[in-house]
Amino acid sequence: MTEMAINEPAALALENVGKRFGSVIALSDVSMRVPKNQVTCVLGDNGAGKSTLIKILSGVHTPSEGELFVNGQATTFHSPREALDMGIATVFQDLATVPLMAVWRNFYLGNEPTRGVWPFKGLRTKYAKESCKAELAEMGIDIRDTEQPVGTLSGGERQAVSIARAVHFGANVLILDEPTSALGVKQSGVVLKHIRNAAESGVSVVFITHNPHHAYLVGDNFYLLNRGQMMAEYTKDNVSREELVKAMAGGAELDALAHELGAKG
Amino acid sequence: MSTAMAVDERVNKVSPLTRIMRRPEIGALMGALVVYIFFAVADQTGTFFSLDGTARWTDVASTYGIIAVAVALLMIGGEFDLSSGVMIGSSGLFAGLLITEYGLGVWPSILLTFVFAAGIGFTNGWLVVTTGLPSFIVTLAMFFSLRGINLGVTKLLTDTVRVAGVDENPDGTPRAGYESAKAVFASDFSPYSFRIAVVWWLALTVVATLVLTRTRFGNWIYAVGGDANAARNVGVPVRRTKIMLFMYVSMSSCLVGIISLMRLKSMQAGQGVTQEFIFIIAAVVGGCLLTGGYGSAIGGTIGAAIIGMAFIGIAYAQWNTDWTWLFLGLILFVAVLTNSLIRRRFQGARK
Repeated sequence: MTEMAINEPAALALENVGKRFGSVIALSDVSMRVPKNQVTCVLGDNGAGKSTLIKILSGVHTPSEGELFVNGQATTFHSPREALDMGIATVFQDLATVPLMAVWRNFYLGNEPTRGVWPFKGLRTKYAKESCKAELAEMGIDIRDTEQPVGTLSGGERQAVSIARAVHFGANVLILDEPTSALGVKQSGVVLKHIRNAAESGVSVVFITHNPHHAYLVGDNFYLLNRGQMMAEYTKDNVSREELVKAMAGGAELDALAHELGAKG
Repeated sequence: MSTAMAVDERVNKVSPLTRIMRRPEIGALMGALVVYIFFAVADQTGTFFSLDGTARWTDVASTYGIIAVAVALLMIGGEFDLSSGVMIGSSGLFAGLLITEYGLGVWPSILLTFVFAAGIGFTNGWLVVTTGLPSFIVTLAMFFSLRGINLGVTKLLTDTVRVAGVDENPDGTPRAGYESAKAVFASDFSPYSFRIAVVWWLALTVVATLVLTRTRFGNWIYAVGGDANAARNVGVPVRRTKIMLFMYVSMSSCLVGIISLMRLKSMQAGQGVTQEFIFIIAAVVGGCLLTGGYGSAIGGTIGAAIIGMAFIGIAYAQWNTDWTWLFLGLILFVAVLTNSLIRRRFQGARK
């Protein structure tokens, strides 16, 4: 995988990255590329190292070994803020919004529109409420009352708001941590649509999931992570959905899964 | 899912009543009315309702309220400060000792005391965000440390447990700057005897409310208390926000310490101790969630008003003032119960 490293710079790339926590090896020798304006899926079961991978990409952890490249430049993040400043936004599974806060306050959290000079620098509350509603509507999310706490939204709506927020604030790279895992079929569909829209509007997306069906619907490239190592790499052209599911499930579990899928028709 | 539909059928129209009932301080406001009427009726002296009576209870409420508003903001930010009471004494002693023992001018001493209080608040906040220990423990340690220091240093320097003589030089002449400082911190509006502390209290309530609802920093306060992880992930400076809140609490305790010092012209080493829970009661009665992320500055103010009314009202009703604590205990419980019922009734999924 290393030979493809930096010919045409990827939006985000890892090279031979490893991460240890004491004696635990969470990731070892992981390389991947996130090409611009594409959806790159990272598939892995529980304990595969997905969370650690996300935290390295988003600046929460620094890798123990190997390097991280942003647009071909070797970079080290010391905090999520540094990653954000480089246009890398992460939507964490449960940690993306503050449930007790109004939708508009969440939408602008960390990027609040203000006017005036300190100490009279105020929030542009009216503008924020209206533009939040308009921005969300533009991305196909109809929130009736932006004053309602995010905690009253459904899981899908919350994910959609988080994605819309990241895209609105100029994310070049959007990292999504299991955005569909807690959602119903229909809500998942809506979130997947937002993922595709984001990629088409020029954002490079890293979509982390354990669901190969969801990944195949929106992904351009697929990485398979297992036990802290990158097991395989596919592009949409050279893999079918069945192959992806099979690779993801692996040997012994396959029959049971095939049976389950068969039963679903 | 609402996205595919022009009109979201799952959202009810929200009535104006429900909107009002959603305010965090609504329970406290209704409670304040009940308490006010209760003491107006129970009053044996006929003064509770009068301007004089109002001046009395707002006086008590003001020194509680100045700190309760800060404690409310800190609580919204998800933290506690148990050293807020003892800081009144520490600040008063610090300023008093600078003036009397070291002969520093009154105003420079007051300024230095605010810097000292900011430093204590910074220490509280820095320790909390750096060690990751609960603020309950960190500020409890600060509380006892300061309590010891207050007594130890005062005894060491004055051989007594109080600092006195802030208004006069040792030779009996008036101390320069005392009158002007007294005018700012401890004057009253004759003939009604409303104290200037009430102005400080109300002004700080307004400022805190504006900061909380109309600034970025206010947005961050709700965010760090509601979900510090989510806040950090979207780039909110969680550590800085929390440290600044701790500094605000310490400095508001300092303001009350200076007000007391200017009023009494002296300061006891034990001043302020045990008051820390009164501020927390005021904030909680005012609708702040103990778990953070929810509440209002005005709630702290209403909570302080209820406590002020209770202290003065019980005296005017000519009951034994020992019962004040029982009353505060009941008020706290009933208020929190009512608040949580209101929240459940009007807010659905809110925690």
